[in-house]
Amino acid sequence: MAVPFTVEFSGGLEILFGGERVMKLSLASPRDDDNLTIADLVKHLCDEKMTDSRRDMFVIEGYNVRPGILVLINDADWELEGEADFRAVG
Amino acid sequence: MPSLPLQSLCELCSAQKPSLRRPKTGQKICQQCFFHVFETEIHNTITAASLFHPGERVAIGASGGKDSTVLAHVMKTLNERYSYGVDFVLLSIDEGIRGYRDDSLETVKRNQQQYSLPLKIVSYKDLYDGWSMDNIVAQIGSKNNCTYCGVFRRQALDRGAQMLGINHVLTGHNADDMAETVLMNILRGDTARLDRCTEIITQSAESPIKRSKPLKFAYEKEIVLYAHYKKLDYFSTECTYSPEAFRGTARTLIKNLETVRSSAIIDIIHSGETFALQRRGGKNQAKKLVAGVCERCGYISSNKLCKACVLLDGLNAGRAAVQISLEKPGDQDDGAALVRKQLEHLSF
Ligand SMILES: [Zn+2]
Ligand SMILES: [Zn+2]
Repeated sequence: MAVPFTVEFSGGLEILFGGERVMKLSLASPRDDDNLTIADLVKHLCDEKMTDSRRDMFVIEGYNVRPGILVLINDADWELEGEADFRAVG
Repeated sequence: MPSLPLQSLCELCSAQKPSLRRPKTGQKICQQCFFHVFETEIHNTITAASLFHPGERVAIGASGGKDSTVLAHVMKTLNERYSYGVDFVLLSIDEGIRGYRDDSLETVKRNQQQYSLPLKIVSYKDLYDGWSMDNIVAQIGSKNNCTYCGVFRRQALDRGAQMLGINHVLTGHNADDMAETVLMNILRGDTARLDRCTEIITQSAESPIKRSKPLKFAYEKEIVLYAHYKKLDYFSTECTYSPEAFRGTARTLIKNLETVRSSAIIDIIHSGETFALQRRGGKNQAKKLVAGVCERCGYISSNKLCKACVLLDGLNAGRAAVQISLEKPGDQDDGAALVRKQLEHLSF
């Protein structure tokens, strides 16, 4: 089941995504279960939505969000909730 | 849809849901508690260093970016809460960078309204023979222009402060900036700068104006979150002329260190402070800089001409050469087109 998201980029990160500050998208778990994680969303953004070729400005060593980039989920720091393992509840 | 396991409550008030994890302590705290500890720590930094005295007039270097916007907001808040009795003024430098500084100055003008503080803007063009950063880059290319901007900006802040009759300027340098600077100075072997870069108040022989950094112990992450949760109005685009590669590398290194050692930033600052203390022993014998003034502009300088005037001489010599070459008929259009192209290429 696809989960709708609104993604906001700021602080210069939007430059990597064609200058778009707000992006609405909808995504289902790639594993055929209901456990869509933020890691899935990051991978999707990186593979499908990033317009800049400098991937390492966004992710390093695979799909790990570059240290120093602040990620907020529902306005809360993702470091509260196990970062990329954070399960998406839409 | 499976729902999230309900997280524990704020570790400080045990009443609200936490909003962030503090990089300094690992504590998970709510927004209200965060505002309180963030502001109180800055207040403690200020009182520990006796940064202000009642009736003092102090300029806040305001760029419209997140650091100086948070600085202005917190200074106004603390000044009222703790009755510092300080008279704050916003001081902005207009380097003349189209698409960057003109937009960020609009932000500063809104901040002036929002915080009801007086604002003074001084421009490179007025201070430096009509040279704006855009003109300088058009002349010297995109390399080394941060050298010019660094020298010109320092003097511009001083001169702006002097025009206001103020001798104390606050800058928005945060803990992350300071750790990067310490590391860069170590890697470059620049022990003279290492000595000063961690000090909260700097007053050098090269500058008549005292500088201080009230956000010295504030983490960048918390500054960004403070601005975000307080919905402060700030300008978030990087300077189009700042490809500071070395600083970027130092920053990445520190961020990576932080993932395995969360106290890395404070530890590096502490190291910087300690190195400085050890150096002071032998420093007394070091030659004392004779503080003279620049023959041309009167700015404090230990040489005949101050750094800005030396750089201006170079620029003006170059401008003369360009003007001569443009006088050849037909070349004028090409010259203008070239300049425009250079600027387009730089502003991404
Ligand atoms: Zn709380
Ligand atoms: Zn001079």
